[in-house]
Amino acid sequence: MRRTPMIGGTVVCAALALSLSACGGDDDGGSKGGAGAASLQGRGPITFVTGKDRSGYLQKQLDGWNTEHPKEQVRIIELPDEPNDQRQQMIQNATTKSDAYSVLNLDVVWTAEFAANRWLAQLPKGEIDLSRMLPATIATGQYRDKLYAVPSTSDAGMLYFRKDLLEKAGISGPPKTYTEMWDDCAKVRKLPEAKDADCFFTEVNKTESMTISAVEAIESAGGSIIGPDGKPALNTPQAKQGVEFLIGAKKDHMPKEAVTLDTEGGRRYFQSGKLIFQRQWPYQYGLADSGDGSSKVAGKFAVAPLPGPNGPGVANLGGHNLAISAFAKNKATSLDFIRYLTGEQAQRANLLATSQAPTVAALYDDPEMVKKFPYLPVLKQAIANAKPRPVAVKYGDVTAAVQGEMYDAVTGKKPADQALSDLQSKLQPLTAQ
Amino acid sequence: MTTTESAPAAGTAAAGAPRGRGKSDVQGTRRLAALLLSPTLLVLALVIGYPVLAGFRESLYARGEGLDADGFVVEGDRFVGLGNYTAIFQGDRADAFWNAFSNTTFFTLTTVVLETVIGVAMALIMQQAFRGRALVRASILVPWAIPTAISGLLWRWIFQADGAANAVLRQEILWTADGFPAKAAVVIAEVWKTSPFIGLLVLAGLQMIPRDVYEAARVDGAGPVQQFFRITLPLVKPALLVAVLFRMLDVLRMFDLPAVLIGVNQKSVETLTMIAWFEASNLRYGSAAAYATILFLYIALIAYLFVKLLGADIIGEARQRTRRPRAVRPARAGRRAS
Repeated sequence: MRRTPMIGGTVVCAALALSLSACGGDDDGGSKGGAGAASLQGRGPITFVTGKDRSGYLQKQLDGWNTEHPKEQVRIIELPDEPNDQRQQMIQNATTKSDAYSVLNLDVVWTAEFAANRWLAQLPKGEIDLSRMLPATIATGQYRDKLYAVPSTSDAGMLYFRKDLLEKAGISGPPKTYTEMWDDCAKVRKLPEAKDADCFFTEVNKTESMTISAVEAIESAGGSIIGPDGKPALNTPQAKQGVEFLIGAKKDHMPKEAVTLDTEGGRRYFQSGKLIFQRQWPYQYGLADSGDGSSKVAGKFAVAPLPGPNGPGVANLGGHNLAISAFAKNKATSLDFIRYLTGEQAQRANLLATSQAPTVAALYDDPEMVKKFPYLPVLKQAIANAKPRPVAVKYGDVTAAVQGEMYDAVTGKKPADQALSDLQSKLQPLTAQ
Repeated sequence: MTTTESAPAAGTAAAGAPRGRGKSDVQGTRRLAALLLSPTLLVLALVIGYPVLAGFRESLYARGEGLDADGFVVEGDRFVGLGNYTAIFQGDRADAFWNAFSNTTFFTLTTVVLETVIGVAMALIMQQAFRGRALVRASILVPWAIPTAISGLLWRWIFQADGAANAVLRQEILWTADGFPAKAAVVIAEVWKTSPFIGLLVLAGLQMIPRDVYEAARVDGAGPVQQFFRITLPLVKPALLVAVLFRMLDVLRMFDLPAVLIGVNQKSVETLTMIAWFEASNLRYGSAAAYATILFLYIALIAYLFVKLLGADIIGEARQRTRRPRAVRPARAGRRAS
């Protein structure tokens, strides 16, 4: 009677030891997979995990790769449209250590969280040609000075303005400072056709867009939400100046329903001709300029860098990066595929087909591209000066706190000082370490 | 069933025989019942019991709390006992919790009361015999057939600043911003969506009421209002209580409608499930499980109180109801046979 459990125990121990060592082996290959290029091994079929491809162009781009690499086929795994759902599914896949996902298409703000949780394979800096890319975009793929993701598309806010109205009012160019912008509005509003137009719009609804607006306002004033030392820095005069700009803009210059308008709502508002100035992403350019009657402002607007308190302002950096899942097989193929998709040729084709902003600098100066997308020079300048959103492992909590406090400030529930000191104390524990 | 039906046919001699084996038969039946039920109980334990216990176990742990020197998240779970629960009731998070708790309770009270009134009215209309009744019944059920997320989108479109709601009201109400109008928007959309459910269940209850009861009442000179409060309401009560209980349990765990219509992280419409979701999506599974467990207990308490205070006779009535047809069936079967 006594022997059986003991034998059982030994068997269990042996099995455990076996499985543990097996697990350990996997972990070595997976989580520490960034020690050097040598660890990115394995060739064969891989998957590319990305949000819903609205343009339908992605498959064509992959077809190009697949015909050249018949033994290393890439299959698309399309995740939902909503960024939060995409993140959720990628995290689920990572926490179960599944090898179903190989190459991940990550929003720039997720890099820190994914890298800190050892869900990404570290990439060999020397083996990827980053020199051709815009420096600001490369920074978004790094965590603690190590490369985890390669920028594939970029994005930055720009100032859309009604060129026709400004010209009519005798204004020579777009405003460089907030004061100039408000003055221009006063002049334009004297025109009979712009009597009821609203002056300015940037998103202030309680979503991720609020964080973006806050970053732009605070960085333009020379402050930052999280300082270079990784600590929240909202107890500065610059941060206060930034928030006060948002409060004043919402109160005096934005449409009344501003707090309910999302990105698309803002676009509809601008396209209906009711706005003089608007902070918006590049994607709006083509839609607002289309001559099919959906936009009343086609041919009547232009873009410029965002204004700031004393000169040009700072835009927020958006975009997507490609990374390799730490648990993926065939990491060598994955790296090649990332090189292919972030290369100049693929990015040029993608820009033409989807008008997504590239990360390869040369494309912004290419006369053929500029002819098709006249906003590219402005966008290049905006990206060059752009600042990322707070880099934090607990980004979800950080952005929720920023959204809440900024919303309370902008809607007048709290004075700016109060909101900033509340945010400072909320962010402190989230960014400790 | 086959035995009861064949017994009268076999005659009195056969009917006498089983009466003699009564005791052992009861035991055998019980054993058979237990045997037949055990797969169901096993499945219930697996799909309900296990998740509840696993969720509770998860709520006692925390993970991913700190970073090591290289900036990596420290791996492994740490047992924190009731730490996740006490954290919910402390500091900032206590405000968020009580806000979500009161939102959840507010939505439950307002929507269930409105739904009940509107649902009963719908059932009474559907019950009437008139031309095009089928069309009315079908159209009343349309909102219930639409997925919640879709109806959330639909209502968001109606409630946007330049949407249909403001056009009809000739007002400029910011429904979808974080504020009291957002609460109202959620209540309206929820009531629109789920009143048909109550209507449907009440209609089923109404059709169980024999017509001759109303005839008798009419002969006695009872008006429509009297008929409603003295006959319809008491007789439809069991069905109505079940419908209301279902709606209460459902609305207590409401998530997708406010999330789609107004958005997550909005103080004015944040419910307990939304906080649990937020915690889980920020990888604090222990804390999320703690919120979910608290919500589970709250729902269980409400359901218990509801059944105890109002519906103690839900089960009693149901038993009588099931007993009655059983007594009737052999007679009917006999009549059909003859």
